[in-house]
Amino acid sequence: MADTTREAARPGTPAAPARPGRTARAPRRAPLPRRLTPWLFLLAPLALLLTFTYAPIANMIAYSFTDWDGVSPELNYTGTGNYTELLTRSELFEVFFVSGYYLVASVVQIVLALYFATVLSFDVRFRNFFKGVLFFPYLINGVAIGFVFLYFFQDGGTLDSVLRLLGVETDHAWLGTPSSANTSLAGVSVWRYLGLNFVLFLGAIQSIPGELYEAAEIDGASRWHQFRHIIAPGIRPVLSLSVILSVSGSLSVFEIPYIMTGGATGTETFVIQTVKLAFQFNKTGLASAAAVVLLLIVLAVTWVQRRIVPDEKVDLV
Amino acid sequence: MNRRKALAGSLAVLALLASACTGTGGSAEGADAEAPDDPSAVKGSITVLTHRTDLVQDGTMKKYAAEFNKTHPGVKVEFDALTDYEGEVKIRMNTENYGDVLMIPAVIEKKDYPRFFASLGSEAERSATYRFTDYATVDGKVYGQSPIGVVPGFVYNRKTWSAAGVTDWPTTPDAFLDALRAIRSKTDAVPYYTNFKDMWPLTQWTNVNGSVGCDPDATTRLAEGDPWAEGADLRVADTLLYDIVRGGLAEKDPTTTNWEASKAKLAKGEIATMWLGSWAVVQLRAAAEQAGTDPADIGFMPFPAQQDGAFCAVTSPDYQQAVNVHSDNKAAARAWIDWFTDTSGYAAANLALSPLKDAPLPDVLKPYEERGVELIDLDDTKGGEVKTIDNRSEVGIYKPDYRQELVDLARGAREGSLDGFFDDLGERWAEARDSLGS
Repeated sequence: MADTTREAARPGTPAAPARPGRTARAPRRAPLPRRLTPWLFLLAPLALLLTFTYAPIANMIAYSFTDWDGVSPELNYTGTGNYTELLTRSELFEVFFVSGYYLVASVVQIVLALYFATVLSFDVRFRNFFKGVLFFPYLINGVAIGFVFLYFFQDGGTLDSVLRLLGVETDHAWLGTPSSANTSLAGVSVWRYLGLNFVLFLGAIQSIPGELYEAAEIDGASRWHQFRHIIAPGIRPVLSLSVILSVSGSLSVFEIPYIMTGGATGTETFVIQTVKLAFQFNKTGLASAAAVVLLLIVLAVTWVQRRIVPDEKVDLV
Repeated sequence: MNRRKALAGSLAVLALLASACTGTGGSAEGADAEAPDDPSAVKGSITVLTHRTDLVQDGTMKKYAAEFNKTHPGVKVEFDALTDYEGEVKIRMNTENYGDVLMIPAVIEKKDYPRFFASLGSEAERSATYRFTDYATVDGKVYGQSPIGVVPGFVYNRKTWSAAGVTDWPTTPDAFLDALRAIRSKTDAVPYYTNFKDMWPLTQWTNVNGSVGCDPDATTRLAEGDPWAEGADLRVADTLLYDIVRGGLAEKDPTTTNWEASKAKLAKGEIATMWLGSWAVVQLRAAAEQAGTDPADIGFMPFPAQQDGAFCAVTSPDYQQAVNVHSDNKAAARAWIDWFTDTSGYAAANLALSPLKDAPLPDVLKPYEERGVELIDLDDTKGGEVKTIDNRSEVGIYKPDYRQELVDLARGAREGSLDGFFDDLGERWAEARDSLGS
């Protein structure tokens, strides 16, 4: 190491071809320590990634072929038994109907985010304030949001009080019926994730060069025309990313319903069901298989979507 | 392409490695934790895992340890209080380091007890002095001992009940419903509070099992029959819960209930009744003191069913203390369990039933004694089997889910009939039981 630093300190001399005999090879291949350097830097993140992401996933895949109960030292290899059980028990997939609520909600969410991002990308009074208001919910911890909204939807809680102030007397149990509960929960999810979509869209919109708008204005384009022909095509990659995130997010909703209702009253999602299988009924093997299946479903949905809407290079200018 | 193959290969290797890593050896299986002959000579340091975070924080456990040290000066006791006791201990039990003394987590199957815990002695010998020994017996050896016993029952506000004109305990579910109706019409209180959102209060209803038929073999009946057959204990209990909710006798919006708040509400008489257990009386009396109402108003009554003119109430253990089979200080750990069970006064402090058979009943259960309520100890020989059927069938009689569905059904948030609901449960139960038998 000492050697290389001294060489590097010498100005004007290329560091590698220090010895005359090696000049022919030197420009293409740096000495071993030099080539190792990037890997040394990568060592820590890679080790963390392997230990905390890939090893557990590998472990989970391994468990999905066993009948492990999560604690017993005994575990038997059951082959594809868990997968067969999963795929033959159609009631386990009925919970995906609940995802429909979140899917609809994410459409609303993307449209709203796009609207706000467009509006706030133009010169509006209190622009930064509104940006903050919209993005703020995303910064709050999901568990806290769950608790906050539990009080919000309570009988005589915040929502009821606000409605009463507006003169609407309501006696509705917001989390009382499956459709009402799922709609309420999906609403919370919109409130929470709107900020993320908004920031993504805003960033994309602001990266569109300003001259384009000026040119458009000179040509007599209205705000709608600007959106339709400049903004929309300009943010297409980000839009498609948002759609992918929303779809996979809708399929694997967990935090908000788990904390607020625990999956009661028809709000159980696939992930909640998986957690219950693993930690309530001690079917860790089956639950691992369910998790793998969910991963495959999300991957498949993403793949299909990329096929239908390929990611073209956008060229505005 | 090449790189992708390499990645898949390394993932496969990782998976293999991972599967090889799980499954720790059980070489220490079958060890005994024998009680030391001379308490003052025992030496060692032990860690006690406990779910009573409150008692560790307020120093009560330290006081117990100091008291213990008077007779066992050589033992150093440390406590490890875990908020999510079940979840954390379950994971720690995949290793050998799960304290020296711990409460047996509910997820551990009975048949696995010898792998994890050291035996405390034979069933024949221990059952002469202690209650609940069969809850931790595997092949004639006992692996755990609960320091307290609880009796399930309705906790109620005496003032509210008498304001509605009900002073005697109802003796049938119908009479109980009438009493709740009287409370609804004559007072402002919510007659019954389900604690639906907090889930675990709903699981308490399973403890009715045994009280209706006054049958010590109720657990065996769960393992061998249909728990929701006509007239079976669980069906009677679940039907009562259904009728309470159906009749509008429960809180208006069960989905946003709050356990901590419910305690104060019951103490103040805003809630009249909750199905819990004798353990809850202490907490509710504390809540009454905080709310500035009379703690003596908190009453406790058995399930409204009688056999030959007498109420029955089952006794059941709390978490059972056990010695880690891998512990290096088994004698010290055993000494702690014996001391904690026999002489600590923990049961009395919690107004709970003592695990010692000859101990007097706690103050909370004095009314039971006066009115001739029969306390029965359930035979738990088939307890392990019931748990296995329960998990396999995914019914969850010890879990909140099916009762949440029952409450939803009763208040019309779920479609179906009560009979159909019970039939479905019974079917799943029978299927799981049959698959075990084969």
